[in-house]
Amino acid sequence: MDTEILARIQFAFTVAFHYIYPPLSIGLGLLMVIFEGLYLKTGHKHYEVLTRFWLKIFAITFGIGVATGIIMEFEFGTNWSVYSKYVGDIFGSALAAEGLFAFGLESTFLGILIFGWNRVSPKVHFISTVGVFLGSMFSAVWIVVANSWQQTPAGYHIIGEGLNARAEVTDFWAMVFNPSSVDRIIHVWQGAFLAGAFLVLSVHAYYLLKGRYVEISKKAFKIALAVATVISLTQLISGHSSADGVAENQPAKLAAMEGHYEASSPADLYLFGWVNNETQEVTGIKLPGGLSFLVHQDFEAPITGLNAFPKEDQPGQVNAVFQFYHIMISIGMFLIALTLYASYLWWRGSLFNKKWVLKIFAFSVLLPQIANQVGWFAAEMGRQPWVVYGHLRTDEAFSQEVSSNQILFSLILFFVVYAILFLLFLYSLNKKIKQGPYEEAKKNLQLA
Amino acid sequence: METFLGIDYPTLWYLVVGLLFSGYAILEGFDYGAGAWHLFFRKDLSRRIAINAIGPLWDANQVWLIIGGGALFAGFPVMYATMLSAMYIPFMLFLMMLVLRSAAIKFRSAEPMPWWRKTWDITYFVSNVAISFLLGVVLGNILLGFEIGPNFEYTGGIFFSFLSPYALMVGFTTLFIFMTQGAIFLLLKTEGRLHTRLTFLLKKGMIFFIISFAITSLYTLIFIPGVTDKFKENPIFFILPLLAFLAVANVPRLVSKRNYAQALIFSSLTMSFLLMLVAFQLYPVLLPSTLDPNYSVTIYNAASSQKSLGIMLTIVVIGAPLLALYFLFLYKTFYGKVKLDDTSY
Repeated sequence: MDTEILARIQFAFTVAFHYIYPPLSIGLGLLMVIFEGLYLKTGHKHYEVLTRFWLKIFAITFGIGVATGIIMEFEFGTNWSVYSKYVGDIFGSALAAEGLFAFGLESTFLGILIFGWNRVSPKVHFISTVGVFLGSMFSAVWIVVANSWQQTPAGYHIIGEGLNARAEVTDFWAMVFNPSSVDRIIHVWQGAFLAGAFLVLSVHAYYLLKGRYVEISKKAFKIALAVATVISLTQLISGHSSADGVAENQPAKLAAMEGHYEASSPADLYLFGWVNNETQEVTGIKLPGGLSFLVHQDFEAPITGLNAFPKEDQPGQVNAVFQFYHIMISIGMFLIALTLYASYLWWRGSLFNKKWVLKIFAFSVLLPQIANQVGWFAAEMGRQPWVVYGHLRTDEAFSQEVSSNQILFSLILFFVVYAILFLLFLYSLNKKIKQGPYEEAKKNLQLA
Repeated sequence: METFLGIDYPTLWYLVVGLLFSGYAILEGFDYGAGAWHLFFRKDLSRRIAINAIGPLWDANQVWLIIGGGALFAGFPVMYATMLSAMYIPFMLFLMMLVLRSAAIKFRSAEPMPWWRKTWDITYFVSNVAISFLLGVVLGNILLGFEIGPNFEYTGGIFFSFLSPYALMVGFTTLFIFMTQGAIFLLLKTEGRLHTRLTFLLKKGMIFFIISFAITSLYTLIFIPGVTDKFKENPIFFILPLLAFLAVANVPRLVSKRNYAQALIFSSLTMSFLLMLVAFQLYPVLLPSTLDPNYSVTIYNAASSQKSLGIMLTIVVIGAPLLALYFLFLYKTFYGKVKLDDTSY
């Protein structure tokens, strides 16, 4: 296999694996802030137990997130050296800010969060929880800013030519607030909140179904349900706004998302379908003119199609982009329906009597995770053949001096090590869930 | 070119990067070094205490690697890209070992089964040794120079060329320096049986440190071309090797007097002086080319724009004091001997 493909597979694999964890940390962080805040406010033992229980799971998630994140930082240099030289000037300030303001905050306070229960006052501990949570939110900001700049570059100019060409910052704030960053940061945060909230919902739904830890689980379930309902609804707004941005700034990506080929004509909105890139036909269930309506509030408005771009500037995997995008949307819609219905039951007072609803929640933990993954797949594959949209092609950006055998070597190592890591993650998650929330509290009592 | 206090921006950023890497060496030096002793402790409890000595600190210490790497990417993208792609295999091994090390810390004491703990103890030991060694090997390679052609293109070997005798020697020296640092740190954090054992181990270990340090110094003077030229031009900088030598000599003295707090300071100073020595010797080169000095990566041809460096320097001026505050708070909270409790690993 050639170096470019291997480098892409390795990057995709390592970043997709990494992206299981940080969203969970951000989402669990939010819930821990709520649990611990309620504990400080009410002094109720239940909230302390919940905080301690979820802190243990948070610690594992965070740890794997950091370990796999360091690899991402260095993989830019090892496998994408042309890209690194091209974007270094732009990413530099974003990365420096991420490291100093965000990562420094979360990693130092993490020690106090996990090991400090018996060493600092409850208030200081709560401040540390908030610090770690904010740190992880800021981290997401800078990383998404950097990626958004690749989607919609702004505040820069290009100097040099050929191998020595690179982008330089001309306006820091224009670079930070490039056309897509705000929409995408909010969208990513919300995806992360959903990942965390649904893990909490799933675990406590499981306890409720088993009839274990009922009182405490009802409390946790209601809090997480409130978060999940609000976020899945508002996710629709940031998603729509994000898609509007894609329509304006990356028309080729939008066209690929809906399999729209004709250079300029009204575009349909598919519920689901299958794209044949050869015949340029989509088979599926659609709302005619739906995409035109969503973008221009007019069913007849023309939308730029893939054929408006030269072949070499079109995303190669149209069907994949289409499918990933639609899976994300379908999951989003399902989560809205599910959380709204559950909230209705809550209001009616019959939420915890409906076993089948709890069962769905117990399994739904996977859905936000899948949506987060496929959303990124659609965003990144839809940007192809560019790594920096309109400027640097992916097939020019990888490290030419690295051989395919070297990448094969590291790729196999990654598969092995990450498989071990993933098994350990599932194993310890399962163990903590089986032990239940009172195990941590009990340990503490024994010592006291 | 814009300057601040008469120093140009690339040089300032060179200092920032140097500072970050010396912070990384000092802090993770005791983390990795402590881990490189792991199998020398016999009792399960001793091993658990040793891991928990760095327990609340290592995640924070790791920030220095992340910021250091980021600072290199940000300020000298060409250096970052050329070095990492040329040193592909050692860096991939280094990264993999970092992941395994994190896993070992988190999962070792999670289960009581002896086979489980033994597997993780070995993983933990091997990863710490390998990380320390590989860092030294990379440093050795930088001192030797790379086969860099026009346009910063690396033309050297790809699989095992990083394993030259000199680089291996620097690797061993780095490992022994870290182990000295780690043992002194553990002596500060432990008491009783483990403390006694460490006193004994450190005494033996320091011999390796002194010998490898002496060999590497001689090797450098004899085999690295032009290593003394800079010092002949600026005799004032002879103070650096002198200080490094004094710091090295002071460590065994303080250890034998059981003054571990000061010993830790002087072993940290040793690392800083040695890195300063390297930095001064290379400046303004970042990666020497062995093909033609004109192809070398320097802080000027590798640097980001003045504008970008200016922004990053501003970020550092605001961010560094904040980070220092977090660290003070963290180290103050966990000051003193290790006490295992329900939150420990």
